[in-house]
Amino acid sequence: MTKLVENAAGRLVPAEINGHPAVPYRGVGRYRPQGRKAAPPIRSCADYPADGDKTAPDLGTALQRAGLRDGMTIGSHHHLRNGDLVANQVFRAAAELGVKDLRWVPSAAFPCHAPLIELLESGVIHHIEGSMNGPLGDYCSQGRMRGMGVLRSHGGRWQAIQDGEVHIDIAVIAAPTADPFGNATGDRGPAACGLLGFALADSLYADHVIVVTDNLVPFPCIPWQIQGNNVDQVVVLDRIGDASKIVSGTTEITKSPDRLLIAELTARFCDEAGIVRDGFSFQAGAGGTALSFALFLRDIMRERRIKARFVRGGSTRYLVDMLEEGLTDYILDGQTFDLAGVRSMRENPGHVNTSPFTSYNWHGKGNFASLLDAVVLGATEVDVDFNANVVTHSDGRLLHGIGGWMNCLAGRCTILPVPSFRDRIPVLVDRVTTLCGPGELIDVVVTERGIAVNPLRQDLLAKLRGSSLPLRDIRDLKAEVEEIVGGPPAPPELGEKVVAAIKWVDGTVIDGVREVKG
Amino acid sequence: MAGRGEAGSRGAGVRSDCWISVELRDGGGLELTVASKVASMYGERIRTQVAAGCRALGLEHARVEVDDQGAVPFVLDARLECAARRADPGLARVLLPELRLCCAAPAVRRRLRRSRLYLPGNQPKLFLNAGLHLPDGVILDLEDAVAPAEKDAARVLVRNALRVVDFGAAERMVRINQGERGLEDLDWVAPHNPHVILVPKVEDPAQVRAVAARVAAIRKKAKAAGEVFLMPIIESALGAWRAFEIAAADPSVIALAVGLEDYTADIGAPRTLEGRESFWARCQVVNGAVAAGAQPIDTVFSDVADEDGLRASCAEAKALGFVGKGCIHPRQIAVVHAAFAPTPDELAKAQRIVLAFEQAEAQGLGVVALGSKMIDAPVVKRAQGVLATAQAAGLLSADWRGSGDEGVAR
Repeated sequence: MTKLVENAAGRLVPAEINGHPAVPYRGVGRYRPQGRKAAPPIRSCADYPADGDKTAPDLGTALQRAGLRDGMTIGSHHHLRNGDLVANQVFRAAAELGVKDLRWVPSAAFPCHAPLIELLESGVIHHIEGSMNGPLGDYCSQGRMRGMGVLRSHGGRWQAIQDGEVHIDIAVIAAPTADPFGNATGDRGPAACGLLGFALADSLYADHVIVVTDNLVPFPCIPWQIQGNNVDQVVVLDRIGDASKIVSGTTEITKSPDRLLIAELTARFCDEAGIVRDGFSFQAGAGGTALSFALFLRDIMRERRIKARFVRGGSTRYLVDMLEEGLTDYILDGQTFDLAGVRSMRENPGHVNTSPFTSYNWHGKGNFASLLDAVVLGATEVDVDFNANVVTHSDGRLLHGIGGWMNCLAGRCTILPVPSFRDRIPVLVDRVTTLCGPGELIDVVVTERGIAVNPLRQDLLAKLRGSSLPLRDIRDLKAEVEEIVGGPPAPPELGEKVVAAIKWVDGTVIDGVREVKG
Repeated sequence: MAGRGEAGSRGAGVRSDCWISVELRDGGGLELTVASKVASMYGERIRTQVAAGCRALGLEHARVEVDDQGAVPFVLDARLECAARRADPGLARVLLPELRLCCAAPAVRRRLRRSRLYLPGNQPKLFLNAGLHLPDGVILDLEDAVAPAEKDAARVLVRNALRVVDFGAAERMVRINQGERGLEDLDWVAPHNPHVILVPKVEDPAQVRAVAARVAAIRKKAKAAGEVFLMPIIESALGAWRAFEIAAADPSVIALAVGLEDYTADIGAPRTLEGRESFWARCQVVNGAVAAGAQPIDTVFSDVADEDGLRASCAEAKALGFVGKGCIHPRQIAVVHAAFAPTPDELAKAQRIVLAFEQAEAQGLGVVALGSKMIDAPVVKRAQGVLATAQAAGLLSADWRGSGDEGVAR
């Protein structure tokens, strides 16, 4: 049984993860590691074809040439989202080579990767370190994975690779367009997905980098989001992705009247708290409520003739419309969610590519997330101390990834627009099942029943004095919800076994996810 | 005794509801099986509640099966009672949830009735947050929004909702069915503090009087305090013809509404966006209502996506004399409220007139003048009405005279 220690947030976390010692969370900004960053091995041009043609005939050959052997770490990325056809093929090729006990470090795994459960069972893959959405999360929750899962934020994955905490032996980068030298971009090609930012760390720090494309163009591939000088081999496949599942043709705002109400209250809050002013910045995701928030905010900006300096986020047609209408100078793109976003990235110099390094890396010389005036995020649970959970449901099951969520908490005002309950399940609870965000970094919770401002933010409360917004104490909101749903929920029945560790942005362990019983 | 009944909804897409089956048996006690989407959090509570419900209903020997998709307690109770009633139509007992304080506010005769939000009577998911969208009224609909086979289920659910759900400041309305079924609906809802009963397809003042009499009898028997008001709906040529008689049929009538879908079908004219075919009927309803001292309320605007269309439709209704509009989606509410609010110009003008009137009165002048214009008594009365509406809508403070509040509409 893994030894558990209590961290600074009062959570029992594993002292050791898969045989390596782990640092328990010490508090926001408290952990300052020393030393130098990791670096890839020195290579020589003498070992690469002078004509620049690095193509290998197939994935198996490329993996063999990369020196794949038992116990290695494979990096992959989720920019093709649920349409990714590459990761499954990589591990199938590895299985055919008879390799065992691989560690898979995806930036996120999706339901399309469910076939890999078979390779986890057969021993080809030992465990996953990365956000596990859907069936793989369930698999991990049930305690069936041999190793302990590790969940990191987008910035945390960069930090871990950069700090040498995770050493990627072989990185496989799915590229919608690439040249034989390895230069690659995501903004065009049949599997166009926009940005390849999640793969950037691997391209800089992995021992061996394989670019996989279904759209090979003659050198040079312009623009290059991934630089060929960091790439060892290029493999051409018939198809790397299912376009309909990579980007949606249309991202839609929510139709739920309650979610629209929450989005509208969030926008009004930003306005009345003085956040919406010339030159401000915000980040909102691509979920239905976040998109609706952006639309309500846009209306306020139009009416008051306010222009943002930049907006960050998963880009969508709504943000693109704002850019094209002149409501913001820039989109700083971290991930591209729809075709309008991909087009804008190709065509508009104001639509700028970023990466987890620029935006989210805690072990860097600053990051963009902390410059944001407002950040709008989701959550599965929020407790009365404003701590939030984004990875497990109230029944303890691991179903979502962290994404950039944890990194965005660095913003100047973190707002969680959430329903106060979903069906009968309260979102507002006494203590979150899994801690992902410390309450001191979460400023506002907006529900359909009212807005709770963290008492730590007396400055916001002062600005809202006399406001007609429904400001409430978070404990009152919770009590109201419990009256409706018939009392607080029974705590989930969890086993002793820690199936996954949640890493804070600095690499320390903020919480553990327990095995779900039954 | 043997009999089986089931109630509620199950299957993909069902949320915040449940399905319950009750099979009565001659012996063997209570056999309860519960499957729930929220089992790990509320499984035990559901078992306890359903078992207690069975005891309260007198089901000693029964097999009860629950398939739950996150139904809140009052919904579980309603489904259980309905299933039991379907298993045993002669069931004497009821399963009344405790009346919450938020459900006890009395009805108010004169109040804003700009928006009324329709809630299908058998869809509990839509009840819980309806009040948060701040409609002037919510309508728990037992009529057109409920399938004929579910009328009994909706009665139990709506009754429970009237006792438990916090609709905020919204007026609590119930639309009953037509004819005898509608009168039976009253037995279920009238004791539980509905503020207004909507009576559909009224063509005869006798219909209104029948409803008023039944409500009075039920309330007397239940020793219920406070009033229940009526809002007849005019939905036919005959109804429109007799609008005044209907509005004047009983003192409990506080408003008269018009329903154009049925009306246009009745006169055999297609319903158009422009609405020329219903112009006479709408004017008839406005005048019939006002003549009887009731508020005239317009029909619903059914294209949820067309906000501009809704705005124009409200402006037209306001111009004809209507004071409110039906809503079929919460997002229509704010648009309706804004459309029926006095415009900043109307408000400013009304303030000037009222101030001039009060000044003239204070000086003992018989004639009120504003600038070079003489102001008649009806103009003053209208201006006072505009200010009252603005105050009720929160657009003007009560002490606007002293506060320098120029009555700028938000």
